[in-house]
Amino acid sequence: MTALGTVVLALAGLALFALGAALGHAGARRQQENPAGPGTPVERATFHTLHTASLAAPPLRAGLTPDTARKAAKRLRPLLGTVALALTDEESVLAWDGVGDHHREEAEAQLAQAVRAGRTQTFALSCGNDTCPVRWGVVAPLGVDGRVPGTLAAFGDAESAVMVRAAEEVARWVSVQLELVDLDRARSGVIEAEIRALRAQISPHFVYNSLASIASFVRTDPERARELLLEFADFTRYSFRRGGDFTTLAEELRSIEQYLELARARFGRRLEVTLRIAPEVLPVTLPFLCLQPLVENALKHGLEESADRGRITIIAEDEGTEARVVIEDDGVGMDPQRLRDILRGRGGPSAGIGLSNVDMRLRQVYGDDHGLVIETGVGAGTKITVRVPKFRPGIRPAPLPAG
Amino acid sequence: MNQTYSIAGVSAVVLATVLVGALGLRISRTTSDFYVASRSVPPRLNAFAVSGEYLSAASFLGVAGLVLAQGSDMLWFPIGYTAGFLVLLAFVAAPLRRSGAYTLPDFAEARLESRAVRRIASILVVGVGWLYLLPQLRGAGLTIRLLTGAPGWLGGLVVAAVVTVAVAAGGMRSITFVQAFQYWLKLTALLVPAVFLLLAWRSDHTPAPVWDERPVFQRSTQVRLDGPLTLTVEEPVRITVTGTVDGRARHGGPLTLDAGTHRIGAGTVLRFPSGARVPLPGTGGAGTAPSSGTNPLSAGREQHGLYTTYGLILATFLGTMGLPHVVVRFYTNPDGRAARRTTLVVLGLLGAFYLLIPLYGVLGRLYAPDLLLTGDTDAAVLVLPQRLIGGVGGDLLGALVAGGACAAFLSTVSGLTMSVAGVLAQDVLPTLGIRHFRLATLPAIAVPTAANAVVSDLPVADAVGLAFAVSASSFCPLLVLGIWWRGLTPPGAVAGLLLGGGSALTAVTVTIAGGAGSGWLHTLLAWPALWSVPVGFAAMVLISLATRDRVPASAAATMARLHLPEALTGHPGPATP
Repeated sequence: MTALGTVVLALAGLALFALGAALGHAGARRQQENPAGPGTPVERATFHTLHTASLAAPPLRAGLTPDTARKAAKRLRPLLGTVALALTDEESVLAWDGVGDHHREEAEAQLAQAVRAGRTQTFALSCGNDTCPVRWGVVAPLGVDGRVPGTLAAFGDAESAVMVRAAEEVARWVSVQLELVDLDRARSGVIEAEIRALRAQISPHFVYNSLASIASFVRTDPERARELLLEFADFTRYSFRRGGDFTTLAEELRSIEQYLELARARFGRRLEVTLRIAPEVLPVTLPFLCLQPLVENALKHGLEESADRGRITIIAEDEGTEARVVIEDDGVGMDPQRLRDILRGRGGPSAGIGLSNVDMRLRQVYGDDHGLVIETGVGAGTKITVRVPKFRPGIRPAPLPAG
Repeated sequence: MNQTYSIAGVSAVVLATVLVGALGLRISRTTSDFYVASRSVPPRLNAFAVSGEYLSAASFLGVAGLVLAQGSDMLWFPIGYTAGFLVLLAFVAAPLRRSGAYTLPDFAEARLESRAVRRIASILVVGVGWLYLLPQLRGAGLTIRLLTGAPGWLGGLVVAAVVTVAVAAGGMRSITFVQAFQYWLKLTALLVPAVFLLLAWRSDHTPAPVWDERPVFQRSTQVRLDGPLTLTVEEPVRITVTGTVDGRARHGGPLTLDAGTHRIGAGTVLRFPSGARVPLPGTGGAGTAPSSGTNPLSAGREQHGLYTTYGLILATFLGTMGLPHVVVRFYTNPDGRAARRTTLVVLGLLGAFYLLIPLYGVLGRLYAPDLLLTGDTDAAVLVLPQRLIGGVGGDLLGALVAGGACAAFLSTVSGLTMSVAGVLAQDVLPTLGIRHFRLATLPAIAVPTAANAVVSDLPVADAVGLAFAVSASSFCPLLVLGIWWRGLTPPGAVAGLLLGGGSALTAVTVTIAGGAGSGWLHTLLAWPALWSVPVGFAAMVLISLATRDRVPASAAATMARLHLPEALTGHPGPATP
């Protein structure tokens, strides 16, 4: 291929790419700017207003900060049709959209009264600049649960009752959005509390069984008993630790090692464990105690419910941007329908909450497509797969307890 | 070159790679082995893996070829390739690991909390990855052409297919062991033949290479020219020719070439006597394609040597930290301290490797100067054992070198393909869904394979330099400013990535497509780092200063996490009993 041909090919490719990008962009724009299509002017105006309001909503749903206020103010000003619009907190202007930025301090002086009274205030502004269109302002408080976390201020060149009314309506709409923020916070608080409550639930059976099997070694093999007690101490220290919802796969595996060591004290040679760990995935961060309940489940179905030997296989593999952990047993398995009930939290008191708890937490943290994948059938063993992304913003392993 | 031995050597390397990849997982069958199985990768092992993945076809074949063709100026390539890790060690390694990022887009998002920066970083990662894959596939094509005579694009295709199947079938599960194995394989494949080559050179009375004029043939040498070519002869030389010279057919008879230019037809076989000076190849007359003897980049280098050398130094020193396959390997380290130790060991390992490379270049200048005629200077490492030693010994050593070259492009191609596929699956083609990582390996390698078939000659090491330039102008500002300056804002990062990385990417794309002709413009486009790196930094700093109110709210907390040891911020480091 000659150099000329290569250049032509490359340019043609670029042109094609640019054309596609332009078409896609234009299409998306058209859809965005003309959400309703044809209609009467009034209908179009309504749609336009609703559309603008819907664009302002997402930033506000993250709370009232300078960054979100800036984004929201940009959307809200066309809604009011004023020359300038400001969103403030109780004391200062967070974002000023439009002209007349030099009136910031003058406007801030008016905030305190509106916040204290919880009522709309209007005021005139003085300006040395003759061309400045900001002559008059209205401050409408934002009410959330009886508090006033901030205000919405609109500015124009002359006093206008329509603008006062419009500003109040927009302020009310913003207040509703901010109330939703509080609601979101409350909801995530509830979930956090739920996770905290669920987290430390090591099965009491396990504590009892471990202590009983350690006791059985105290006379016959005191050294072994001592080792087991130390394992037990380490295991409980890890499991009962406070603070931090995340850990690393390496830490989690260490805790599983201690758990299995204690289980072997009870089951002896009946328990066979095979591990296949890709060391690349050991630093992966994952929810605290999200694998141990799965191993406990495998142990329960692989050994406790049958008299034969049981085998548990733990595999951790590298899958590009994710780590895949598989925990498999060759035990009695489970009826898929019953499993479904357990995962929905309707398994009854005997089912335990381990599986559904882990499933819920994984979905909470990584999204619905990262829940547990369980393959099982009666008498066919159970295979549980967990997929954890190697990186998610904001997810970091928590500190180890000191000592 | 004896094909049977070499093919056996290459097959053995492929087989060993697949076996180590499939069986290298740490398997334990009892709980008492648990500790061994779940132990994180020690820094030294990870350093072997980083080096194995990093030493590409450009290092193994390209640098020696450039030294053969252009002499000691080209030693800046190995120096730059190694020194890049020094910069990485000093400024980036530990904080990058502490950020918890797996890929560069991850780092951008963790530091700046912006999806927009993440998306742009993703596109640049894919661009750099593809640019870097291109010369690897060329090196593969070259090696396989020399071994089997198959056309160059076919070799690239075969390697692409092998890597795709291996990655898609999950054969690269224990990638750390595979890459560590490849490092030692590559080092052995250079070290053992080097010893024998040096002995052979000594028994040849240690001739010194000629650098300031055309080299001479040490021995009577037969050259086969695949394409038409004009040769500029400086002094009359008596050669044996089968083929056409100056339009007249010859059948094995002797012929004296007078000083001046001569046109040689395609498929002609020339035999030069010992002591003859190597003629200067030119273009094959009007209307034909440029011969492979002159390449687009070296022309610019000869014209503006100082500029291109500094361009190269800047690109390689600062570009290493932005190579996607290097960055993902640091995730394997358990903490920042281990990341730093890994980098330190890597410096030593790369130094050892690059000490051997110029040796091959110098011996190539002495014993394989005919490669200057055919333009296959990248093949110097591959042909030397046969030339100097010959016989079964030469064949065996040749097979070893061929296996090493195969390891070089296999390891880099698989590492790059996996990191590009990861970014493609996660950020660029989100419609595929995150489950389709394996599906994404297809576009990850198909694009550079296609480009390799289309794009004409570009020396392997030069093309790698282009990838370094783009990385240095985009990710170096992002990483260095992101780690060391709390004032970096998302708009600033976007501007720097687009202006620095975007302009460098455009420049090298134009260069690869052969669009800039020659002269200063060509030189500026072919060696962009000297202007595009400052552009990237300046854009990031200035726009960040202009948008000071957009500094992420958690910048201070993020900076603390990047710089404080894990024990203080509470990231679990090595277990402390």
